[in-house]
Formats: sequence, structure tokens, C-alpha cells
Amino acid sequence: MSTFVEEKPTQKLESFKGVKKVPHEEYYTSGHRTCQGCESAQIMKLMAKAAGPRTIVLGSTGCMYVANTSYYATPWGVPWMHTQLGSSGSAALGAAAAFRAQMRKGAMKDEPINVIAFCGDGGGADMGLGAISATMTHPDYNLLILMYDNESYANTDIQISGTSPYGVNTSFSTPGKVKRIMHHRWKKNMAPLMLVGHPTCKYVGTISTSYPLQAMNSVRKALSIGGPTFIHCLNPCPKGWDFDPVLSFELGELAVNTGIWPLYEVENGVLKLYGKTEKIANGQFKRLPVRDYLLKQGRFAHFIDEDIEYFQSKIDEMWNKWLVPGIIPLRREIEADEPR
Amino acid sequence: MATIALPVEEKKKYEQEALITGAEAIAVACKLANVDVVTAYPIRPYDTVMQYISQLKADGEMDCEYIVAEGEHSQFEIVKHASVCGARVFCGSSGVGWMYAMEALTVTPALRVPMVAMVGNRALDDPGAFGVEHNDALAVRDLGWLLNWVDSAQEALDTALIAYRVAEDPRMFVPCAISCDGAFLTHSQALVNIPTQEQVKQFLPPYKRGDLLLHPDNVISVAPQVNEDWVMEVRRQNYEVTERACGVIREVYADFERIFGRKYGNPFFEEYMTEDAEVVLLGMGTLSTPTRVAIRKMREQGKKVGFVRLRWFRPFAGVELAKCLERFKAIGVIDRDFSFGSPNLSGVVATEVRSAMYTGAATRPPVLGFICGLGGREVLVQDVEHMTDITFQAAKGKAQPLTQWIGLRG
Repeated sequence: MSTFVEEKPTQKLESFKGVKKVPHEEYYTSGHRTCQGCESAQIMKLMAKAAGPRTIVLGSTGCMYVANTSYYATPWGVPWMHTQLGSSGSAALGAAAAFRAQMRKGAMKDEPINVIAFCGDGGGADMGLGAISATMTHPDYNLLILMYDNESYANTDIQISGTSPYGVNTSFSTPGKVKRIMHHRWKKNMAPLMLVGHPTCKYVGTISTSYPLQAMNSVRKALSIGGPTFIHCLNPCPKGWDFDPVLSFELGELAVNTGIWPLYEVENGVLKLYGKTEKIANGQFKRLPVRDYLLKQGRFAHFIDEDIEYFQSKIDEMWNKWLVPGIIPLRREIEADEPR
Repeated sequence: MATIALPVEEKKKYEQEALITGAEAIAVACKLANVDVVTAYPIRPYDTVMQYISQLKADGEMDCEYIVAEGEHSQFEIVKHASVCGARVFCGSSGVGWMYAMEALTVTPALRVPMVAMVGNRALDDPGAFGVEHNDALAVRDLGWLLNWVDSAQEALDTALIAYRVAEDPRMFVPCAISCDGAFLTHSQALVNIPTQEQVKQFLPPYKRGDLLLHPDNVISVAPQVNEDWVMEVRRQNYEVTERACGVIREVYADFERIFGRKYGNPFFEEYMTEDAEVVLLGMGTLSTPTRVAIRKMREQGKKVGFVRLRWFRPFAGVELAKCLERFKAIGVIDRDFSFGSPNLSGVVATEVRSAMYTGAATRPPVLGFICGLGGREVLVQDVEHMTDITFQAAKGKAQPLTQWIGLRG
């Protein structure tokens, strides 16, 4: 470490050793107006619980602002502030810088304060990408950016974002008489973008609300390790994905079990797969067909077999051809028969 | 506030004199104000202030977090959040850089954040020009920012200290932008009296955000969604800040004079050779220099012309200005800006002056609008003479076009 990087101590948050060891205190409680089965609200709750009381949360515009935090009915038991859609990176940096300066000058009690900024996929993978990327290069500020990903601008009216899956029906990509597939871009690979693009970042992880203990422990590690950190959480959205709210949890699991959503963390540069993802990678678990996941959701109801096969082929490619399967899309060699 | 009363002469000997630019003067003010968080992003001409601050930090003369952002939007958002977390902050920009930060500039006064920013006024693109135009800073004129224009490095330094005191007053808690004309002030050196740290400590108390502080000890939710239920009442609070603004600014200038011994007189506008003037020109920023030179020259020719330099554009001291201007036979407003499609197609300042005069003045002298010195073009002595002649014509009752462009190439 360069002697010019001025590290500050963090709170040392040990991993929860099991669900029964998780404290009862909630820092995200009643008051929000999110939909039934909203997994994005679920990660807010888990994130706040994992971080504990000596925390501030900065929330960029999105569902978790508009539907979540209404005047007179805030669900937040820790200080919370709205930040602009593309500002999660800047918000965390500003707060961490303010605390650091005031603590150094004796204007504020010197203690580690968790600074968390969250954003949705629109705020993080689209508009706020530049600011988050810049923030990830600042080794002397302790902060966490958590991106909750419901794969669309779910608060506005369900529109395509940079993380919307291939072929999805959104209000900006409704299938028509001539074109069945209006959204033909592949989902942005955010966590690897963060970890590969920012070599000094000490922690990047992917989580799912269907695995709450791991999700909370990921948040705790990210807050304890020091420097800027990033977590990407996939959050099934009954409204945006068009499914019965009772299926939220199951869809989170299916995303992992089909290999669409790999779970891993990169701690000080060391990659560790966990849960079913680890078993998929070492051959102990055979990936479920993506059909099982896609056809439970109305947003893929216009898919015909050809579309499902294409989707499957891309997921197979992820696991069979990528240099780091499921994570880093580099190839060992050019293949002439590459499907186009 | 308790102060130690020292005779002005005695205080002065503690001040140091230095040959510095307008941008450097503001950097020195930031150091004296013990700013906590500074964010920088390059754009000419304001960026020299950040070069000086970077050097002050590297030399151990200034203790601050110095963050180079990846764009102006982040630059302003970083300090906005830092200020909510209790830090004294500084940033700035120019031209389209300021416009790139517009979303952040919009929410900053709404969140009651006492950010102090420097605008090195620059023409907006396209086409590219580094020179001064006032449309950048003026773009936030309706949003709750305090806006002022200075015309010397000394005034830049003093106004930066005043800006912190005004903005961080709990009756205010709104941002303040200090406009310095690009090149003419940002890059021009002049002798500046640099106050002592002791004087500044006496004048500027630490920033205390009180129960609005975002900190684990103060569990609040800032800016939750309110919709039509409350947004109007929230806007009204910002309106009430502007009602208080003139009073607070007057108080702070009085205190400034008492502690530093430098007199600015009326904080809102400065009058030059107006006592017996028949007509006056009015403008903001460094065009005051050629205007003063031209007025002295014209005075020798027996022309009774004066000049009013507007310092504070927000708040706009409308009543006071109208009372000042009603005694002249005609007023020529020099706008270093444009407002396409506005009433009479005038510049921003002319339109504001007319509006203030309509309700505040006992007489109705003609108010002519001149668009001059755009894109960094110099306002020449002969331009000022030309505008004065036109204003005299109007004073004699000869109708003149309400908006004229001065110094256009043929």
C-alpha cells in the first residue's frame, strides 16, 4: 500500500454464523409502500440489519426512493438521505470525505461510520456508472455501493435498463407485429466490470435475496474490508417481471440454479464462488434449463422456442467458454463456429 | 458574536499584501475559511482556483479532502453530500461545466445546503469560446442560489469569506456562487490584502448543521418523497429564505467592515460618480473597469454620466435599486448575457431592472438594454461612450430601441 493512501479503520463486522445468530433489531422497518413480494425492499432490510446502527444510507432515485421512503412514513431506522439517480457513487464519496475531514480536525468524534449508498440498476449500471467507477478508485474512503437490480426502471413504468435481460418485454420494448424481440442487448456484467476495472477495490460480490444470510454477510464483509466496495444484488420484481408475488423467492433461487445469476465474492482479488454456483462450477450440480426460469415470468411470455434456445445458448457459453466461467467473458481462443 | 475590538489601523498591520489573481484570492479564502472538502474538475477558466488549492494542500498549508471528480455532476454532488454530513465545502466550474452539473445545482438549494462555489464565467458552447459571458451562473437564478459578481481579486477574497458566513447562517442554509469574469478576473493579478487567520476566525464561526446533520447520532430521513402533499410548503421555505437574505447580507457586511476594516458600503450595488449624474450605466463584473475609465473621460467632456455595479444578483435588492435609479433621466443596462425571446428581447439584467423599476420607482425613466462583451469580447472604452450617447438620447426623449447589440463586427 502506498504510504500516501490514508486508510481509516472500519467497523469489524463478523459474519453471522447462522440465521439464529442474526440480531433481532431492524433498521429498515414499516412505512414503505413497496409491492407485495418486493425483493428490492427485502435487500434494503437485510442491508440495514447487516450494517447496524452506526451507519448512514444514501439512496438514489428509484423504487427504493419513490415507493420506499415517503414523508411522515420513512422506514429507515438509520439516517437516510435521497440522492440523485446517477449520484450513488458521489454521495458515498462526499459523505465519507466529510466524516474523514471532520474527524481529523476534531470537529466530530473519531469512529468508524458505515457509509452505504444504494442504487437501482438504472441508477447504477446506466446513469451512475461513471460516478461509481470514479468512487471505486478512491482507496482512502470506506464505503459500500449496493446496486439492487430488478432489471428495469421498475418505478417509472418498467422500462429497459442496462441490466435488462435479452428479449424482455418492457414498456420500452413491447413485442409487435413485425418484431417479436425489441430488446436484443445482453445484460451488463456489472460486478466483473467493477472488479476488473478497479484493481485496488478490495471487495466485489454478487448476492441474491433468496440467500439472505449470505447476502447479509456479504454486506458485512464489504463494510469491514476498507476502501470502496461494490455489491450487486438480483431482485425479482413481481410488477416488472410479471409473476405472482408468491414466486419471488423461488425465482431468485432459479436464477442461480439455471446459471443465469452466479453467486460469488472477490475479496482482495481472490474469487470465491458460493452456494449452488460453486456446485455448478465444480460439476456437483447440473444447471437447470433456463426455460424453467423464463416461462414463470410474464415478461418472457412472448418467447418462442427459438428465443429460449438462444437464451440457453448464451448461458451455456457463459459457463463453457468464458475464461472464468460465469464471470469473465474472455476466451481462450477464437472459435470459427461461434454462433452469431 | 463576541469580538475583540481593535482599531482598524492596528488590525491592518497584521494583514499581508500579495500579488495574486482572482482565482488565487478565492483559494486563499478557502484556506482561511478552513474548508473541509473541495472537489475539482478541469474546465477553463475557473480551474486555476483548484490548481492553487491542490498546491496549498500539497504544501501542508490547507487541511482538506481534495477530490478530483470524473465530471461536474459528481463534483457538485460530492460536496453536496459532504455538506449535509457537516463539512464546509467548496467547488466551482465554468460555462458548460456548470451546466453539466445542473441537476446537482438544482437540488442543492432545495436541500438547504450551504455550498460555496466559484463560477469563472465563460461562454456556453457552441461554438467554443473561453471568454466571459454570464449565462452560465445566471442559469440557476430561479433555483434559490445566492449569486454575486465581483470585479477585483480583493473583492473575490472578501466575498468568498462573506459567502460562507451568509450561506452557513442557520437562517439561510442555501448555496452561494461567486462569479468571477473569466480571464479578466480569474487570471488577472492585483495586490490583495490577505486577512489574518485570527480575523477570519473572529468573522466566520464553524459550520453547524444542527438537527439537519446526517450522522448516526441524528436519525433523520432527508428529502423523502412528498408529492403534491408538501412540495409547495417546501418551496415556500426557500422563498422565505430569500425574504430574509437581504437582511442577513447587510448584517454580515457590517460585521465584515468591523472586523477587517474594509468598507463595501451598500452590499448590493456600488455607485460610481452618480451624485450629479443625469444618466447611468448599470452592469455586473469586470466591465466596471472600462466603464469607469470611459466615465472619467466623458466627465472631462462635461457629460454627467455615472455607473452602478450590481454586486448581488440573488437576492436582487429591487426596491433599493429602484429607489437609486428613479432619480436618473435614463438608464443603460449592459448585459454580458442574453435571454433569447425575453420581453423586449433584452438581456437578463435589463429585464430584472425594468421589473424592479415598474413597482419600486416613483418615476419611469427609459431603461435601455445593451448586449455587449459576449464570449470574452472586450467591452471597450468607445463601446461605453457609444452606450452612454444612446442613453443620453433616450434621456432627451428621443425614442431608442430597447435592446441593442454593441460592439458587433460589421
